[in-house]
Amino acid sequence: MQSILTTPSGYWDPLMWLFGLAVAIGFALFIRSLGQKSYNKETDQTKPFISGNPEVSKSESHVKASNLYWGFMESLKSYYSKIMRFHTGNVNDYVLLLVFVIAVMFLIIVLAGVI
Amino acid sequence: MSIDWLLIHSPALIIAIPLFAAFTMPLIKKLGNKTRNGVAFATVLLIEILVIMLAKDVFASGARSYVFGAEPGLTLPSGYIVPIRILFHVDGMSAFMAIISATIALVAVIYSLKFMEKETALDRYYLLLLLMMVGMFGMEFTADLFNMFVFLEVLSIASCGLVAYRIHLADAPEGALKFMVISSIGALMVLLATGFLYGQYDALNIAQLAKELQFNFIDKIALVLLLGAFAMKCGSFPMHQWVPDTYSVAPAPISILLVVSTQVSLYALFRVVFTLYGISSNVVVVGWYLIVLGLSTLFIGVTMAIPQKDIKRLISYLGVSQIGYMLIAVGVGFSLFANPVEFEIYGFRAIEGGIFQLINDSMYMGLLFLVSGALYYRIGTRNLDSMGGLARPMKVTSICFLIGSLAIAGIPPFNGFASKFMIYETVYRFNPIISIVAMLVSVLTLAAMFRAFSAAFMGPSLPEFKEVREVPKSMILGMVILASIVVFFGLFPSLIVDNLVEPAVRALISRPSYIISLLGG
Repeated sequence: MQSILTTPSGYWDPLMWLFGLAVAIGFALFIRSLGQKSYNKETDQTKPFISGNPEVSKSESHVKASNLYWGFMESLKSYYSKIMRFHTGNVNDYVLLLVFVIAVMFLIIVLAGVI
Repeated sequence: MSIDWLLIHSPALIIAIPLFAAFTMPLIKKLGNKTRNGVAFATVLLIEILVIMLAKDVFASGARSYVFGAEPGLTLPSGYIVPIRILFHVDGMSAFMAIISATIALVAVIYSLKFMEKETALDRYYLLLLLMMVGMFGMEFTADLFNMFVFLEVLSIASCGLVAYRIHLADAPEGALKFMVISSIGALMVLLATGFLYGQYDALNIAQLAKELQFNFIDKIALVLLLGAFAMKCGSFPMHQWVPDTYSVAPAPISILLVVSTQVSLYALFRVVFTLYGISSNVVVVGWYLIVLGLSTLFIGVTMAIPQKDIKRLISYLGVSQIGYMLIAVGVGFSLFANPVEFEIYGFRAIEGGIFQLINDSMYMGLLFLVSGALYYRIGTRNLDSMGGLARPMKVTSICFLIGSLAIAGIPPFNGFASKFMIYETVYRFNPIISIVAMLVSVLTLAAMFRAFSAAFMGPSLPEFKEVREVPKSMILGMVILASIVVFFGLFPSLIVDNLVEPAVRALISRPSYIISLLGG
């Protein structure tokens, strides 16, 4: 079948995977349908409870891109400070890096004669 | 004009038609904007049809050569005597690359019809876009090292003009300047290497050079220059820094063509490694060179993508990272070249994974750039911090972005998963650590794409975007075409691998048949 991708160790069948996903979603929806339905929409029952504090406006509650993964960036601060310094945006550095790579390859391939 | 005539001359027509259309654009614009757009669209559509016809023929009947400037009786490869004429040679790999280039160019023109509508001097825009196509097809079809340099220059100059096209934006000329400097130096290195080889062997033909190559001191210098130049042009670490600077400032339809142009450079790199130098070099060292290059490109690309605030820079860094997968897969395959048993068990499949990743990458990267263009078209910014809640007014765009994001992160059942699955599995057998790093990079890619999706599309509707609505139909069509390909390739991976990828890989690795089909037995 054209959907089954065989590999040296096994195979991958996306249609079968989709079927499994559909079954899982169906099962999840079934469990959801067993839930409580007697709440009243558009009342305090459906509003978020923030320890009694008033709910902030919709536009203020949006999490901006800069605020996402703050912890990840903070924990890798030393790595990022180095890698950001490396990305100077200066075209002279781009050419320098190209020359550096060529020089390293020259040493390995031509002078050391590993090839 | 019969189908056979078209097929025979298609390698030349695929170059000549866009070249002719490009230079008639300033005249065609006199007939009105609709005629100009119509001619540009008709040209890319015709090229797509010709490429599909040619590819179908090449996959069914084998490579096709086209000789310029030969006597009528000597136009067949078997009549090839002295390598002094200009030759095009379309094998499975060239045809595979041409399909990618033609499809992306078609989508770029469809998308441009509305996206570029407000810009001026669009005849020059389409002129340069068609010249980009000429450069790409030329590099893919040529069997001559000097012509590869010429087409590389055509591609670079046209790309540079298009990157700087929106000159009223402050960062466009800067990105174009960087691209021009780096492309010129890369092209000069290719020219220098070509000169070294020509000086020794009196030949420019790739097959002739491959046959005569002695792998002496000068040949090694030429190899270093070619590897360095094409590795830089395909955006591999540490020479990747021009990629986000350039991709992010170009108009979105040009960004997707730039993705393909870097892949064409990758194709040129593979041609040098497999066809020109091939098994005569130390395959383990060259293979590991590609793997190390790929691993570092993977990791640096994805980690640089995560903190980006500019959506196009974020996608560009992920594009850099994706190049790493291809380099690793092909590097693993190449390093097993001298070991026929292991190569047959998983080396060949690794290269297939890399080449499958190449076509998949062009589709989902293209889709993501088009979505970023749609956002810019409607809200006039690329800054993720200024976006939010756009999934409500831009439903199709947000679904397309989600499809592209899941595909680039290698989530099933999209196309990115299928190719990455092949790469993980085969590379794991070669060295489990490389495979684990590649999987970790996939997780980080998902994290980066989730950040972009969450910031741009999720959250409450923002008051400043109350008037925002979905983009025009031609832009939606462009995105939907690529999204459909992403889904289709993901659902039917075997169809693509068996009919497109395998013939391409067989053509790429069979150096003797390349030489024989051009020079004769």
